[in-house]
Order: sequence, then structure tokens, then C-alpha cells
Amino acid sequence: MRIKPIRTLAATITATLLLTGCSGPWNDPNPPADPEVQTYFGSFTTRPKHLDPVRSYSAEEGLFLDQIYEPPLQYHFLKRPYELEPATATSLPEVTLLNDQLEPAAEGEEVAFSRVTIHLKPGTQYQPHPAFAQNSEGKPLYLFDSASESTQYTLLSDFPQTASRTLTADDFIYQIKRMGDPINKSPLIGLMSDYIVGMRDFSKMVKEARDGDKWLDLREFEMEGLEKVDNLTFNIRIKGTYPQFKYWLAMRFFAPIPWEADRFYHNPGFKDKNLTLDWNPIGTGPFMMTTNSPNREIILEKNPNYRKDVYPSEGSAGDEERGYLADAGKQLPFIDKAIFRHEKAATSMWSKFTQGYYDRSGDGDSNINTATFDQAFTVGPDGLELTPELESRNIIVDEEIRPSIFYTGFNMRDPVVGGYTEDKRKLRQAISIVYNDQEYIDIFRNGIGQLAHGPIPPGLYGYKGGKEGMNTYIFDWDETTKSPKRKSVEYAAKLLAEAGYPNGRNAKTGEPLILYMDTTASDASPRSDWIKKQLAKINIQLEFRVTDYPRFKEKMRAGNTQMFGWGWLADYPDPENFLFLLDSRQGLVKCQCDGSNSTNYDNPEFDNLYDQVKTLPNGPERLAAIEQMVEIVQRDSPWIWGFNRKDYYLANNWVKNTKRHGISQGTLKYVRLDQEARAHQQVAWNSPNVLPLFGATGLLLAIVLPGISFYRRRQKLTIKAEE
Amino acid sequence: MFAYIVRRLLYAVPILIGVNLLTFILFFIVNTPEDMARAHLGDKYVTEEAVQNWIADKGYDGPMFFNNEAPGVEKLTDTVFYDKSVKLFAFDFGQSDDGRDISSDIVDRMGPSLALAIPSFLIGVWVNICVALMVLMFRGSRLDKTTVAVFVGLMSISYLFYIIVGQYFIAKVSKLVPVSGFNDGLDGWRFLILPVVISVLAGIGSGARLYRTLFIEVSGQDFSRTARAKGVSETGVLFHHILPNAMLPILTGIVVVIPMLFMGSLVMESFFSIPGLGSYMLDSIRAQDFSIVRAMVFLGSVLYITGLILTDISYTWADPRVRLS
Repeated sequence: MRIKPIRTLAATITATLLLTGCSGPWNDPNPPADPEVQTYFGSFTTRPKHLDPVRSYSAEEGLFLDQIYEPPLQYHFLKRPYELEPATATSLPEVTLLNDQLEPAAEGEEVAFSRVTIHLKPGTQYQPHPAFAQNSEGKPLYLFDSASESTQYTLLSDFPQTASRTLTADDFIYQIKRMGDPINKSPLIGLMSDYIVGMRDFSKMVKEARDGDKWLDLREFEMEGLEKVDNLTFNIRIKGTYPQFKYWLAMRFFAPIPWEADRFYHNPGFKDKNLTLDWNPIGTGPFMMTTNSPNREIILEKNPNYRKDVYPSEGSAGDEERGYLADAGKQLPFIDKAIFRHEKAATSMWSKFTQGYYDRSGDGDSNINTATFDQAFTVGPDGLELTPELESRNIIVDEEIRPSIFYTGFNMRDPVVGGYTEDKRKLRQAISIVYNDQEYIDIFRNGIGQLAHGPIPPGLYGYKGGKEGMNTYIFDWDETTKSPKRKSVEYAAKLLAEAGYPNGRNAKTGEPLILYMDTTASDASPRSDWIKKQLAKINIQLEFRVTDYPRFKEKMRAGNTQMFGWGWLADYPDPENFLFLLDSRQGLVKCQCDGSNSTNYDNPEFDNLYDQVKTLPNGPERLAAIEQMVEIVQRDSPWIWGFNRKDYYLANNWVKNTKRHGISQGTLKYVRLDQEARAHQQVAWNSPNVLPLFGATGLLLAIVLPGISFYRRRQKLTIKAEE
Repeated sequence: MFAYIVRRLLYAVPILIGVNLLTFILFFIVNTPEDMARAHLGDKYVTEEAVQNWIADKGYDGPMFFNNEAPGVEKLTDTVFYDKSVKLFAFDFGQSDDGRDISSDIVDRMGPSLALAIPSFLIGVWVNICVALMVLMFRGSRLDKTTVAVFVGLMSISYLFYIIVGQYFIAKVSKLVPVSGFNDGLDGWRFLILPVVISVLAGIGSGARLYRTLFIEVSGQDFSRTARAKGVSETGVLFHHILPNAMLPILTGIVVVIPMLFMGSLVMESFFSIPGLGSYMLDSIRAQDFSIVRAMVFLGSVLYITGLILTDISYTWADPRVRLS
């Protein structure tokens, strides 16, 4: 019997569907994983824009780059407060203070320069990469004169030959030179040119020497402040003293780049195929990028050449109880492969996490947001608790207060809210009292966040909690609850009257006090209404001036704002990185630049103390200066202090060593998985419910069958019957 | 017909220049090159020099539309607009602001877009026509009236509602398909089935109602009545007389859309994390990446014009009386 082609086709399609999709749970979005390969499944919401370590500055890029690139230093995974430790270096850098003759400065002598000496660990190898591949004559294998010679190569994986080589001091020097090369658009070029000797001149030199897109061998250009001592040692000479420089050495801007890679990616035609260093990282870290399809997925695989690196054996209090020290001394990394998939919607990401297809509920900044909070937590008598469903699944919760601050700023150059006279201070203090940030945290941030009393967030040197750290201009200490209690609205109204606005009206003109908040958000949102209500407590009217972000930034630069919301995430865990936000030389208007002092706060006493804090090592002298600075700005109140961000991270119970780090994202190497438990629970949690399928089919038949029957009956009707 | 097509193609050139000019003006009114530079360089430690370097690197540092200092025709050609536009006409889209080659990104994303758009389109049209013809059979009955009311109801529901409800019940609660994502090859069907079903369902209301109206108009004409009088079955009348004669207005709506399928679906691709051209466009608008927006608007215009030409050609196929000259 001849089978009809349509039946053959139907059978083929059915078989294909069954074979391709129905071997495991039906809703498994991940490709089948080899049980022998420890594979981590993660996600990212914003696709990375730059993967060149000298250019990248965002957290979503750090998620990948911090696993691939290794600067000289890194942060200890477990210790809090944050602590630096060597990564590719053998020890923390040695700092020698020099006079203007470049000789070690004697006691009391003015310090002109600091020499930072970095010793590297021997034998650190790069990941396998075609840039290192050589032919039998020792010449680079993949060096082309024209684009037509390399048409067969479109991806890095198309190059059959790869090789590696040992990390040397030259690679760090080369990267610092890349930082100074304007073509690489490093965000640090401005800042570092102020510190690293010769970087500014170097920038001019290479800019003039550059010939279009051709590779410029930066080894041929000297930067005065860089010196190679031997293959494993180099010096960086910086102007004056800058103790915080060590923190920059733990950031990817200072990760090594081999010159061979720079040359390789400058091959003719490579840029048109996205074969650039900006899209194809090459590092010495625990992982290497093997698939970079930022629209779909990014895959990292274990670097086979990774150096000896073991799990830490010390941690913070409570780490042992939480099992964070169980793997002490074991070689890193634990996983072989990490697949990160692009997820645009937070709800989809959350669904896949609860189905067990993502190991953690997100891998970026904070993985609990307003869209998913209610599905993760309930508020119980002891604060936040996991929902019963997640509790039954033994979901792991980690929390971290990030060194960050989100505040409402007053433009100190504004004639109404700015200024340094007592009445202006009282006006700002009155507003700060009625602006109840704790209520804001409770309503708009689901209670996640910690009220700030000053510019320095918890966990940083100089931070003080409790009664000692309380902002006495805004709060009183409540002995019964042993916590700060916001001063009364009546007291705020009294301050406002003393500021010249009794009952919210100008004492001289009788006109109501109307303030303006510049924002990019809608002025009709619940958040805006809430802010208006806060100021209305003392009869201040608030209007919102809504603009798009570029216009808002323009107004900020021109000093045409009055009040605005702003925030800062730390670059490094040092109070200097927050106090500089109030340094007048960083003032947006004063420096006519994109400075970090958004309020244009200008207090010479504060500036002098800042200069001390910037150069002093941690100790009583520095601490006293910090305390004084905090007191000054609490009194002047250029900010409504807002809150410090607290983040919650959830992980499925088969993921081990889930502790998060508030500064570094290079923690994937510590993560361990129990793949067997994952596979078992994925099947248990995802048994398909076919009832809706039958329901939909039934509904369809219920509509179609009577229709067919009616149609047939109608076809058989005769004219007589119709009449 | 050849002369007609050539003429239409020539008409397309000023249209494309106009579209490109409008995009340029609109984009640069909203965003100056300095705004774009600052958006891309971020908020921290940005110097004025870095901003100017970025602008120069992207080629936005020259006169925008008219160069007063240049001699002769170079007053128009030595401008940012000319420089960027000429390359577009050669389909050289250049690089996005984050340094990726736009052409290769478009090629890479076209596959997923088509994988979603083609089945959604074909099944959608087929279902809408079938439903409209079915309803037509019961014209004037209570079933017809109820169905029209249901169509209006379906039309009134937001597209997003279908997506959210579909994702929740089919993917999350029933666990029949993945919530979102995309895989290449045969495994991709598992990711596409839900968005395709949702597309079809969400389109039934408006699509079937439109076709029903078209069919009603044709079904009242003399040839339909004659066919019935001759004893042709109702299905015969519907498929052999009404449908072919209603093809002209149907083609007007359908053929113009076909080339646009390459552009993908903005909403569907974003919600289902399908890495197509729709989400590419959306992402680039969010990121203020003018290079991509310009390329995509240009491509969209080219495809739309192609669609219109194809529509005209399809008329000659559907109705032998139509001649293109």
C-alpha cells in the first residue's frame, strides 16, 4: 500500500518533535548538559557593551570580565570589611615615597612621588589563544596583510591553532599604556593622567603617531611613570601620595593584556567581523570566553592554564556555620562551564529560577527586584522571611549591604536652598527631618535598604553605627528602642520659621515657599506624590521639573537645579571614595566637568580635611579627620542622606559557596554545584500539566463540531423545509 | 511591468533620502552628539576631552547638513548627513556605538526573527481566513452575531495581556513549554510554539473580523448568487467564488507585510527573549545608539517600499484585469 506523502511528513514531524524536545521536562530551556561537565546556568539582563578591560566600567560587563581578567590584586572572597589580597601579584604592592629628585623621601621631607612596586607570581599562563600561535619559524601564525587573506575566520573558534605564554610585567605595562591611549576611550584616562607620571604626555604622543586603524605598537612609546624592573616586577610612579591607588590595582582596568593580542585583533578586516579585543577577551583568569553571542548567550569555560589558586580557609564571623569554609584549600575553580543566557524580562528569569533552570535568581547586581520580591519574601515577625514555597525548597538567601548611597541633593549654588548661612542650613535640615527616608525604604523598596546618617556607608573605615554615628541634626536617640528617632515635624517647622519661612511662607513677602525637584521620572508617579507629601508636612510646596536624561545632566552641569535624586556605587571600599563626592574641586559647576560633587558643595574646611584623608593611612589621625568631615556635612546638610543599598540574592539549594561580594564580581570560581541534585529536582519540579492542553482541544472541538453538524444539516435542508 | 517597477524603484530613492533626513533631524533634535557621547561614556570620571574624542571618533564632529566653509558641491557632501547616508544606500551600515558591526548583527538576528514571524504570519492568515469563512456560513444567525462580539472583545484586549496570561498558564503553571528563550535548529520549536500561538490568537479578533467584512461584500454579488442557484455547495461557493474574488483587498494587507517580517516583532521578541531584529531595534533606542536606529529605519523603509511594489505585482496575479504600466 502506498503511504500518502502528507502522512509521511506528519510522522516525520512528530518523530522529530518527540526526539528533540521531549527527552526531559518539556519546559527545559537549557541545552542538554553533559553530567561529567560541571555546568553552571546563569543569566544576564543587560547585554555587555564593552569587554575590553581598559574600557568596561559597568557591573553587567564585570559579570564576565571579572572571571576572565586578573589584575595584580583581588578582594578576599569571604572577609568583611573588604580586604585586598594578591591575585597575579605575590603580595600587596610595596609603596616607596620619593622626593622630587626621585630618591626615597626622608622623614618629614615633602613627598613628590610614590613608587608602587608590584612583584608577579611566576608561571602564570594565559588562556589558549590564536594570538600566541606561531609557525615553525617562530613567527605569528595569524598575521595578515589584507582582509582577503582571512575570510575563512569569522569567530575566534575558527582558528585551528592556539597557544599560550607566561604572564610578564610587560603585559601590565602594555595595558597601562592602552589606558593612556585615547583611542581606547578608557573612562579612567582623565583620573589616572592626574596620578600616573607621564600618562598625559604619552596620550599626546600616541595620538599624533596613530595612523588610522593600523596597529600601533605601544611598546615603542615610553611612559615616564612606568618601569620594568625584571620580567616579574614593575614600578608605577604616581604623583604625590595616593594610598587608594592599591584599590585600582584590584580592578580590571589594570589587568594584563599581551601585546600579541592587540596586534592580532588589529589584523585587516577583523573589526568588520567583530573580532576585536572589545568582544573577545583574553586573560589569565579561571575562565575564558568560548561563546560570545551577547544577544543570546555567553559561555565561559574553565581556563586549562589557570594558575594554582585555592579556596580561602579564613572568613568572617558566621561563614563556617553557613558552610562557606567547607571547601577550604581546594583548587579553584570548581565548575567547568558557565552558560549565561540573555533574559530581558525579570519575570521570565524568576520563573526559570523557580523551575530550577537557573542556579541563582540572577547573576547581575541584585537579583531580587520589585517584580519578584513578593514571590520571594513575606514579612514575618522577625522581618523578611522566604515564602513557604521557597522555604520548602531550601532556597539559599545571601544578603549584602553594598558600599553605596542614594540621596536627595540640594544644589548649594541655588539662591533658595543653597548657601552656607545658618538660615539656609536650617531650611535644609528642616526638609531633611520631614523627608522620611525610612518610610521611603519601607514603601518603595520593600524595606530593603539601610537608612544613611552621613556620606559613609556601612562596612567602610570611618563608618559609625548606633548612637555614635547618628545624625544629631535630624535624629534624637531613643533610649527605649535604642535606636535613632527622627525629630518631630514641629521641630522641623520651627527650623523652617527660623530659616525665614514661618508656616512655609516667606516672612518678608508672605509668598509660599515653592521648591523644585528636577527629575527624569514622571511627576505623576506614587513616588513623586510621596515626596510632595513629605515637604507638605511643613507647608512647603514641591513642583517636579521633568526632563529627559541628557537635559537633566545638562542642567546639573550648568547648576540649574534645585533638588534632585542621585546615587553613588563605590569603586573601592574606602571612605575617600564617598567623601570626594563633596570635595569642592569635584563640583560640577566649579570644575566645568563631569565631576562627582553633584551638589556643588564648597566648604574649604571640608576640602582641607579631605586632602588629609586622601593621603593618610588608616589610623587615629585619619579617623579623627573623617569624623570631623562627617560632622561638617551633617551640619551643612547638602544631601538628604537617603539610604545605603542592601541586596538579597537567592540560590537554589544545589549551589554552594553563594556568598556575594559588594565590590568584586569575580566570585564564580568559588561556586560549586551538586549537579545530581539539580537534575533530580528539575524533573520533580517540572512535571507537565497536560490538563490545559486537553481543555483547549476540548473547547476547540466544542466549537467546531456543532458548527460542522449545523453546516451539514443546513446543506441538507430543502427549500420547502426552509420555508 | 518592467518599466513600472524601475519607475517605482526610482521613486523610492527620494523617499529613502527623506526618511533618512527625518530620522537624522528627529534624532539630533532629541540628542546632540554630546548627549550621545555622555550616555555612552557613563557617569563616572568622564572628561570633556573624552567626550570630544568620542564625537570625533564617531564622525559627528563636522557640520551636520551644510558645510559653509567647503567649496562648491562639497558644501553638501562634506557633512555628517551625507557621509552617513551614502554608506546606507550601499547597505554599509558601519558599526554600532559599542563597536559591533551592524550588518553582521542584522544577519545574525534575522534568523530568529523569521523563525517567529513566518509561522505566526502564515498560520495567522490561514486561521483568520478560515474563521472568517466559517462565520460567513452562518451569516445573520445568532452565532454570527456572537462571534462578531467575541471578535471585538478579542480586539480590545491588549497584546501584552495575551503574552502575560500565555506565559503564566502555559509556561509557568502548566510547564508545557519554556517560559522564554531561543535555540537554533530543530530544538527551537519548543521556544516558538507559545509566541506563535499567542500571535495567532491575539490577531484573530481583528484579522477574522476584517476578512469577514470583505467576504460579506463579495458574497452578496451576482456571481455568488448565481453559483448558489446553480447548486454549488456552500463550501464550493466560499472557496471557489468568494475567496478568489476577495483576494485583492486581502493581498493589499498581506503582501506589504511580507518583507517587513524580516524586521521582527518588537514586543514579542522582547517578552520571549528571542534575539531577533525587533528586540535589536528596541535595545538600540533604549541605548540611544543612533547608528543602529538609523540602519534599522532605513532597512524598514526599503522593505516597506519593496512590500508595496510586491503588492502591486500581486494584483496582476490575483486579477488578470489589472495591468501595471
